[in-house]
Amino acid sequence: MTELRLETRALSRRFGALVALQQIDFKLVAGARHALIGPNGAGKTTFINLLAGALPPSRGSVLLKGEDITAKTQAERVKLGIARTFQINRLFRGLSVLENVCISVAERIGAAPNMFHPVGRRKDVIEESMHLLEVLKLAPDAPRRVSELPYGRQRLVEIAIAIGLKPDVLLLDEPAAGVPSAESHIILDAIEHLPEQIAILIIEHDMDLVFRFAKRVTVMVGGALFAEGTPRDIENNPEVRAVYLGQAGRG
Amino acid sequence: MNSKAASVESTPAAGRLDQEAARALIRRHHLRWWEALPWLAAAAFYFAFPDYLGFGTTLMITILFALSLDLALGYAGIITLGHAAFFGAGAYTVGLLAFHNIWTEPITSLVLAALAGAAIGLASGLVLLRTQGLTLLMLTLCTMALLQEAANMAHDYTGGFDGLPSLDIAPVFGRFEFNPLYPDTQYLYTLAILFVCFVFIRTLVYSPFGQSLTGIRENLLRMHAVGAPVRRRLVVCYTLSAAIAGIAGGLWAQTNAYVNLSALDLDRAATVLIILILGGYGRLYGAFAGAVVYLTLEHFLARFYPTAWQLGLGLLLVLVALYARNGILGLGEVVWRRFRPRRAT
Repeated sequence: MTELRLETRALSRRFGALVALQQIDFKLVAGARHALIGPNGAGKTTFINLLAGALPPSRGSVLLKGEDITAKTQAERVKLGIARTFQINRLFRGLSVLENVCISVAERIGAAPNMFHPVGRRKDVIEESMHLLEVLKLAPDAPRRVSELPYGRQRLVEIAIAIGLKPDVLLLDEPAAGVPSAESHIILDAIEHLPEQIAILIIEHDMDLVFRFAKRVTVMVGGALFAEGTPRDIENNPEVRAVYLGQAGRG
Repeated sequence: MNSKAASVESTPAAGRLDQEAARALIRRHHLRWWEALPWLAAAAFYFAFPDYLGFGTTLMITILFALSLDLALGYAGIITLGHAAFFGAGAYTVGLLAFHNIWTEPITSLVLAALAGAAIGLASGLVLLRTQGLTLLMLTLCTMALLQEAANMAHDYTGGFDGLPSLDIAPVFGRFEFNPLYPDTQYLYTLAILFVCFVFIRTLVYSPFGQSLTGIRENLLRMHAVGAPVRRRLVVCYTLSAAIAGIAGGLWAQTNAYVNLSALDLDRAATVLIILILGGYGRLYGAFAGAVVYLTLEHFLARFYPTAWQLGLGLLLVLVALYARNGILGLGEVVWRRFRPRRAT
């Protein structure tokens, strides 16, 4: 059994009367390639928000490497190794691609609070950021303003910013959402080439992507875990097919 | 899986830092030739317009005040309509100390003015910066209104509505007196203070800290998601901005030798906001361009159309709001790009 990275125990979240998530017991191991699927409104993004610390849970706990981090803020969790991307791009749109990544790298290595030396003096930050862009094949776009990039490449910048934090656990919220299908292979390639030891949880609607990438799949329906297994198990599970895959157009 | 991709460690590769984007970032803070222009202009102004040194002094104080606002609003995206609170705090610090004959040495007085501005910036920032947008705007406005009312009510100390007239400020370095008829000293002293503060602000905005402020402005949620202590950064920025506004207020009190409630007025806060937007916010030099254009227009329009000069300024602002969202500097950038296409790499 591989080392446990992220775990939730009876994690629940209500929004007023609406129970968005109930009693989620979930485990993510080191090096995991785990997909979270489910119909719209199943609570997938809420789950990511709870894991990342963007939302507090109503009940239950989140553990990172066995340590309870339920009370930790989002920023503290980032320092502990949890990074996320957003379903809708949240980028520094007015800045260059390189700067987008530099902000993330500078924050991780603790260069960001410096007020008295120019950004250009931190060549280590710039070098690492450029390297990261090369790995994600974004280097040619480095000088461009993010808002000028095509949407698919903006999604890559989302991932680059998260990778700049060198996370142990990476939460990808629909990384290919809004990307034309002709370009979605760029995203998939990038994800497939991420460092192996990172535990990755990915929410995705694109079933081709899920079945190609994931080693385990969890199905969430109506705020509760519905099924979990290998992609093959899930594909052949008649109940899952009934509630989800049928609707998603892959019969 | 791919083992090369697995190491995001920086392996030495000089080529990476030679690429266009990296070079641009490494050189971004380098001085450009045109950055000498404002200072050359200020020196030339001193010799060319000896009769207008009072105007020049006001202009530079306004520039400094607008720069302080640019740090908070233009760089960190803190929406405020109450920046005169800090200007007033600095002005009243200098005014009260001088009026009650406690302390009149100008430079240390300015340090105290900065501390007063910073203290109020820190105290209000810790509360206000939990909010955003319109709520933040209203709360900054309220802070300023409260301070103004406090200054009004503490009549025994502040002179209330009448203010503190004829302040006696000691000579600079014990030698150079502030003479209201020949404001040479005021002009050069203000120029020196402006320069020092500008160097500080310029260093700050090109630093990683400044970059993270820009990040907060561009995307707050993402800054949280990269683990930045967003609120702490905002409070630090707001406090520094308040300190500089305090210095501007202190200069204003010293060079005019009086303080009154107008230092804390909404009119002052709104004017500096207009000046910054007119010049172009988040651009460092927008404060210069905006203040020069606004005050010059105000000066001449008021002279030629004493009854309707505000109409001219109003029209100008409408034009800027409609056609030049990024202000005068933004307009300049557009023109510059059109006539100088980017060099191929």
